[in-house]
Amino acid sequence: MIDKRFASAREAVADVHDGATVMIGGFGEAGSPIELIHALIDQGASSLTVVSNNTGTGLVGLAALLRAGRVRKVVCSFPKTAGSTVFPDLYRAGKVELELVPQGTLAERIRAGGAGIAAFYTPTAAGTPLGEGKELRTFDGREHVLEHGLRADFTLIKGRAADAHGNVLYHRTARNFAPMMATASSCTIVQAADVVEAGTLEPEAIVTPGIFVDRVVHVPEPALESALNEAGASYP
Amino acid sequence: MTAAPKGTAAPGAASGWTREGIAERVAQDIPNGSYVNLGIGIPELVARYVPEGRTLVYHTENGLLGMGPSPAAGQGDPELINAGKRRVTMMPGAAFFDQATSFAMIRGGHLDLSVLGALQVAANGDLANWSTGADDAIPAVGGAMDLVAGVKRVFVMTTHVTKEGEPKLVACCTYPLTGRGVVTRVYSDLAVIDVTPEGFRLVELAPGVGFDFVQERTGAPILRDLSRQPGA
Repeated sequence: MIDKRFASAREAVADVHDGATVMIGGFGEAGSPIELIHALIDQGASSLTVVSNNTGTGLVGLAALLRAGRVRKVVCSFPKTAGSTVFPDLYRAGKVELELVPQGTLAERIRAGGAGIAAFYTPTAAGTPLGEGKELRTFDGREHVLEHGLRADFTLIKGRAADAHGNVLYHRTARNFAPMMATASSCTIVQAADVVEAGTLEPEAIVTPGIFVDRVVHVPEPALESALNEAGASYP
Repeated sequence: MTAAPKGTAAPGAASGWTREGIAERVAQDIPNGSYVNLGIGIPELVARYVPEGRTLVYHTENGLLGMGPSPAAGQGDPELINAGKRRVTMMPGAAFFDQATSFAMIRGGHLDLSVLGALQVAANGDLANWSTGADDAIPAVGGAMDLVAGVKRVFVMTTHVTKEGEPKLVACCTYPLTGRGVVTRVYSDLAVIDVTPEGFRLVELAPGVGFDFVQERTGAPILRDLSRQPGA
């Protein structure tokens, strides 16, 4: 019998090691796995490389992980969302490294990493500062940039529903990076508002097949970054 | 006293189009049925001025095709947002998808048009719109480089000059590039200008604006076909 359910977020992130690369789903607050991130803060792993589209807002979730000093490097497309102060302050103080990646290139690098593709050529960023220093090749008269696949040790994502086999459904634009991130790490951890027995979800509707998922945690009422920020929350 | 035409600048201000007027002008040029990505900020205004009878399908790169307008304040779903992270709605026929699929639509040339803002546009179509390159700036690019690399036509919506009066249409961009040779057409408060292999070419002057006035505020020569611009 396959059952990937873990009793708590704490247990699901217990073995994240110092220096790990962690992919974290979300575009802004949509899809941000706040409870898993907070469990990771409690767990204490440090010198992390975080791959995520943004850097969080306020003093909760991704911003709280950064504020706790656990992150050595961020791989990201847009680190300065309105309401984000933690990352900008750390970056200006030289306390965190940034690898800036165009959003579509970030998505494709993660997809490639999960699909066994070492690298690919894309026209995105050719002739710009983000293409500098990279291998270039011309196809059909157009310059392309060589970009490498990305892999991680752990992935933290948020689903609307998951089953015991790790099949996942998402909620609207909370899906964003999660399906690719699920494929690209050694251990993918999903928090889901509904967790059900295998055979309950409609197989035709599954977005992330369970083969890509290692651990499922039931978080029935996930917090939202905006609601926590409006309440003036900070973590821990 | 006659009322000013809709979308033109208020009396006393410089002649030309207001932001809304530029948006309205852009909207005239988008064919029915187009798949469109509107950049965050001023380009979003274009959706308000689409002529009656035309239906456009809006793409937002965070994973929604068939995006609808913003919900009433305090309403909506915090996980149904646009690329600017604001709450939006969905239209009948909408679809959600992941980021790899979303950027396959962009890079794969499936979107008909993107309307973006600009810091600078060069006469060869180079666009700079993501960074001023300032030392203390936090660099952030989002999907801008992917959009200009992949979408079939890129319209730029911008003021013709900066707040300091410097031209934004230039011979050569000095800010870091978003993409090379990617801009199709520029809509400013003063004129509509195509980017052609020969450089900038005038399409249309805003109401009350003369050609010389535009040329003086442009950092590169603007070609014009006098036979097609009798009033210019």
